[in-house]
Amino acid sequence: MAFAMSGPVLEVKNLSTSFFTDDGEVKAVRDVSFDLAPGETLGIVGESGCGKSVTALSILGLVPRPGRVVEGEILFRGIDLLTIGRDELRQIRGRDIAMIFQDPLSSLNPVHRIGFQVEEAMRAHDKVPRAEVRPRGLDLLQRVHVPDASRRVRNYPHQFSGGMRQRVMIAMGLSNRPEILIADEPTTALDVTVQAQILQLLRDLNRDLGTSIILITHNLGVVAGLCTRVVVMYAGEIVEQGSTEQIFDSPQHPYTWALLRSLPRIDADRHERLRSIEGLPPDLIAPPPGCKFNPRCPFRLERCFSEAPELVRVGDGQAAACWVTMRRAYAEMGAATLTDTRPGSASGVRPPSSAAAGAEAAEGGSRPEPEAGDGG
Amino acid sequence: MAATITPLLEYSGGTLAREQVGLWRDGLRRLRRNRLALAAMVYLILLAIVCIVSLFWTPYKPNVVNTCPTYSLPGTPGHPLGCDELGRDTLSRLMVGSQISLAIGLITAAIVMVVGVGVGLLIGYLRGVVDAIFALVINVFYGVPPIMVALVLYVLLGPGVINIIIAIAATTWMDMARLVRGQTLSIREREYVEAARAGGARTRTILLTHIFPNALGPIIVQTTYVVPAAILTAAFFSFLGFGVPAPQADWGGMAQEGFSPLLSGFDPYMLLFPAIALSVTLLAFNFLGDGLRDAFDPRQRR
Repeated sequence: MAFAMSGPVLEVKNLSTSFFTDDGEVKAVRDVSFDLAPGETLGIVGESGCGKSVTALSILGLVPRPGRVVEGEILFRGIDLLTIGRDELRQIRGRDIAMIFQDPLSSLNPVHRIGFQVEEAMRAHDKVPRAEVRPRGLDLLQRVHVPDASRRVRNYPHQFSGGMRQRVMIAMGLSNRPEILIADEPTTALDVTVQAQILQLLRDLNRDLGTSIILITHNLGVVAGLCTRVVVMYAGEIVEQGSTEQIFDSPQHPYTWALLRSLPRIDADRHERLRSIEGLPPDLIAPPPGCKFNPRCPFRLERCFSEAPELVRVGDGQAAACWVTMRRAYAEMGAATLTDTRPGSASGVRPPSSAAAGAEAAEGGSRPEPEAGDGG
Repeated sequence: MAATITPLLEYSGGTLAREQVGLWRDGLRRLRRNRLALAAMVYLILLAIVCIVSLFWTPYKPNVVNTCPTYSLPGTPGHPLGCDELGRDTLSRLMVGSQISLAIGLITAAIVMVVGVGVGLLIGYLRGVVDAIFALVINVFYGVPPIMVALVLYVLLGPGVINIIIAIAATTWMDMARLVRGQTLSIREREYVEAARAGGARTRTILLTHIFPNALGPIIVQTTYVVPAAILTAAFFSFLGFGVPAPQADWGGMAQEGFSPLLSGFDPYMLLFPAIALSVTLLAFNFLGDGLRDAFDPRQRR
């Protein structure tokens, strides 16, 4: 392809993935689109169960049963990964797109030596010549700063600490010089100092090797430390995307705003409370009509209950799916000084056609919205 | 107080982790600490030696009659375990009998392991239709008693050791297949299997290097159960008279030959010696199985 060198290395277009359970179709990912440029570090953030990991698994064709991709295109260097054969896809996994998982404790096979497992990742593909497999494995472990690597290759996973195992996982992920590394919560199982080391390692590898990284996390601090661009997901959809500066300095979607307010800040007034987001993510079998964040949004309007907002441009390279946007919330609803973050608190909008008293009770208990007769 | 303090642990600048010994060496080291398993292993090694020796040498030819008066008691000069109803040397026949027992036990276990593990891995990994079909096949096989297969083969093909092995293997592979299927179903969901899949590993690699070694503990235990079970079943066939063909010495057949003299008032030795050999061997395999299970469990390794 002509654009292969300059264009995005990965384009996800209108991806929808569902799980077909006995209770109905769980729409885990809906109409998600994003690009990844060569050498870029992209963060995908959101709460648990908002579709981050399923998006990643969809890219690699690893969505577990009963789930499957129902719609969309995933173009890797212009090739749609959803239409190619199983063996071609297997070849791409690990060779061109590698993935590291959340829990390094269970991602290594307990019965094999570390060295064998790193080498095996290379043997799965023929990208690295046979004779180079062993020295390269050692070299990779040294590159990810496993001390005394020449001896440690003979160890088993249980002899490694969590941080060291994650380094091994990263070494395995990098072993075939992939163009994209998908890191699914790579630091969640690690303590904070080790997290910092792993992030530094990923940063160095991105800089030195030019590997594009998709970082999936619920931890905005991790995103700020590594990513240049951020995609915020909620209930299976992208609600906002933009550069890291834009997302952190001027979030436009109330969900992003609320996520940021739930972060501890070093410059905050020490008596200020951390704000949690009221309520729970919606049921993905029967999501609320309109904007899916409406049951939890302090700034909601009447139309949020009936019309689902599209992702629209709100700045240079920044887009948000919101009828209100924070710009208006700051200007008209006093978002800067808002302390009461219960749903509808800033806009005063109640769910349509539900009795005022009932809605009051439901919101006071910070539960998801009652669906009673929304009819939209 | 001494002026210098010797460190308890020598820190060589590397890691404090112990130098890693291999899976098998480590397993054997742990096995050696298990007295019962060790005794069983020693017995089985002795049995194997006896078996090999008997291929080349026995005190008397096992099938030569009238080496001494019939029904000689144990302790008769030259015949420490006495003689049978044809005057054949019991010790020699007992030694040769170990060949049949070990051969049937090990070959059956090998067949069961290959078939059962292969089928179990495949249906556990592929699931779906393949699994459903094999579940049916397995249930059908469960309905077939081993003795019926042995009888059919006896009638169709005549007596023979191979027929016995086929009969036993054909009716015991399902346990192994079910066990391995269950293990595979659980192990295939582990994160390291998903990580291997995400790394582009081939299905064959996932099955053989990720799932199989992690299911090895239960497979070993099951195998060491198959060996004595096969030996016992084969001896049972011989005892009933349609097992190992006549002049060939085997423990089940010898027990059967010792049974009628016992009823007619002779001493019980002819029945006793093959029965003891059989029971001790079965026990030894079971103890060894338990010992191996403990020794090769990676979760118990330090």
